[in-house]
Amino acid sequence: MTGSSGRRLPDAFLAPGSSSFTEFVGAHDPGLLPSRRPLPPGTTLDAPHGTTIVTVTYAGGVVMAGDRRATMGSLIANRDMEKVFLTDEYSAVGIAGTAGIAIELVRLFQVELEHYEKIEGALMSLEGKANRLASMIRSNLGLAMQGLTVVPMFAGYDLEANLGRIFSYDVTGGCYEEHDHHSVGSGSLFARGSMKKTWHAGLDRAGAVSVAVEALYDAADDDSATGGPDVSRRIWPTVASLDVDGAAFLPDDDVASVVEAVVAARNGNPGGAR
Amino acid sequence: MTSMPFYVSPEQLMKDRADFARKGIARGRSVVVLGYDGGIAFVAENPSRSLHKVSEIYDRIAFAAVGKYNEFENLRVAGVRYADLRGYSYDRSDVAARGLANAYAQTLGTVFTQESKPYEVEIVVAEVGRTPDGDQIYRLTYDGSVADEHGFVAMGGAAEPIEEALQERWVEGLSLGDALALAVELLGKDPTGNGADRQLSADQLEVAVLDRNRPRRTFRRIAGPLLERLLSPADPTSDVPATDDDSPGHHDVLTGDSVRDASTNPETQRPDVLDGDDSES
Repeated sequence: MTGSSGRRLPDAFLAPGSSSFTEFVGAHDPGLLPSRRPLPPGTTLDAPHGTTIVTVTYAGGVVMAGDRRATMGSLIANRDMEKVFLTDEYSAVGIAGTAGIAIELVRLFQVELEHYEKIEGALMSLEGKANRLASMIRSNLGLAMQGLTVVPMFAGYDLEANLGRIFSYDVTGGCYEEHDHHSVGSGSLFARGSMKKTWHAGLDRAGAVSVAVEALYDAADDDSATGGPDVSRRIWPTVASLDVDGAAFLPDDDVASVVEAVVAARNGNPGGAR
Repeated sequence: MTSMPFYVSPEQLMKDRADFARKGIARGRSVVVLGYDGGIAFVAENPSRSLHKVSEIYDRIAFAAVGKYNEFENLRVAGVRYADLRGYSYDRSDVAARGLANAYAQTLGTVFTQESKPYEVEIVVAEVGRTPDGDQIYRLTYDGSVADEHGFVAMGGAAEPIEEALQERWVEGLSLGDALALAVELLGKDPTGNGADRQLSADQLEVAVLDRNRPRRTFRRIAGPLLERLLSPADPTSDVPATDDDSPGHHDVLTGDSVRDASTNPETQRPDVLDGDDSES
C-alpha cells in the first residue's frame, strides 16, 4: 500500500514507539547507517586517521581539546580537520580513528540527541547519551575488525550532579567513565603522561585549557601523527568547554594566546621541566 | 435470505467521511497561527503543560494541530522523522516546510480515502523565513487538501468567526505583543455571538514562536512571567528576548525569569553567521 500511493509518508514514519533516530533509520533506510554497509571481506583500506584528543576536568566543568591533523600512512591528509564536536547543549565528542566513519557517527549522534529532544520534549540524561554512543560504536564492530576503527571520547556536563564527566570507549562499545583527565588517539600515551604532571584538583577553566594545550604539545612532540601548533598558518587546537552555561568552543584568539604562552615557556626548556 | 451488498455512491461515502472528521475536529478548542514582525506566533487554548498542540519540527519549521491527540501526535513524530532524515542525508538548509506539507497532504489524503476512518485532525506547518516575505504557512485538512495561507490561520472548533475577525484586523508587521493580544482576544470570543466573552489567562494558553532572529533552532515556547508581560497591555514588553533563560537545562521555553548572556549554539562547529551562506529555503 505504501509504494502505490505517490509520496505518502512510508509506514516507518508513522510507526509509534521509538524516539531513537538511529532505530528509525535502521528500519527505514539502513544504507544510511555506517554499520549496515557491508565491506568485501579480507581487504584493508588506507583512509585518513584522526589522532589525539585530550579531556581535562576542572571545578564545575570539563574541557575537551584536539589537534588538527589527520594522517594517511606517513602522509598528512589534512592539517586543519576539526575532531572535537559539540553534540548538544551540554555534551561534546572527540574522535580518534578512521576520520570518515567517525565524523559520520558524530553527525548521526548529533541528530540522535536532537531527535530525542524534539520527540520527548526533554533532554537525555548524560548517562543516556554515553550509552547511546556506546551502542553506535558497538554496531561498528564489523568495520572495526577490518581496520576501520572509531574510538571516540565523550564529555559532558551532568546537570544532576553539577560536574563535568568523561567517558571513554573501546572498539567493542565498552563505555568507561574516566576521572580527572583522559586522552585517546595515537599521541594519547604522551598526553596522559603530560597531564599526570600538570593536572591538579581545583583547576579553573583557564587552567584546564592550558593543561589540555600543553598535553597536546607533548603528544605532538613525540608522536608524528599528532599536529603541533602551526604558528605560521595560525592553526590552533580545537578547544571546547562544557559547564553549567552550556557547551561552547573557545574563540581562536583565546586559544592562540594559550598556545603562544605554552610555546614560549618551552623555549630552551623543551621538556617543560619545572 | 442472503444479504445483498447495498450500493453507496462515492459522493455519499466521501461526504459521510468528511462530516465525521469535521465533527471530531469541531469538538476541540481552537488554535491561531499568525505572523508578526519578528516571526510566526502560535496560540492555542490548552491548559495542559505536557500534551502540546504546538511543537518544533526543525530549525525553522513548527507544527500546530487540532483534533484527536493520538492522531496528530503520530503525524508530528512522522514530521520530525521526515525533517531529521532529510537534514541528515542532505543538509540542514535543505529541509523545507513545502516538502513536509506535501508529504502530510499525501498521507492524509490516502488515509481519508483508503482507511476505515479518516484522521480527525487539522494541522498547520509553518516555516519562518529570513525576512517576512519568506514566511510560509500551510494549512492541511483531514482529507489531504493543502492551502498556502498568507499571514494567519485559525483552526478548530470555532475557527470561522476567528478567521473572519483576523481577516479584518490582522495587518503585516504587528509586534509580538499585539499579535498575541489579538489572538487571545479572538480565542476568548463566544462563538455563538450571544454569550459573554471569556478572558483567557496565561495558564490556559499554550504559546510558542518561530523567532526569525535566532540562529539555528528558532522555535521557543513562551510561558510564565514573560507570557504575562507580553499579554499585559500595560507592560512595555513586546517581543521575546534575544537570548534564552539563564537556568541550566533544556532551553526550549522562555519564561523571562532571568536571561542569559550569550546563548550557545551547539552542533555548529563555529558560531553561526546570520544571513551567511545558509541559503533561503
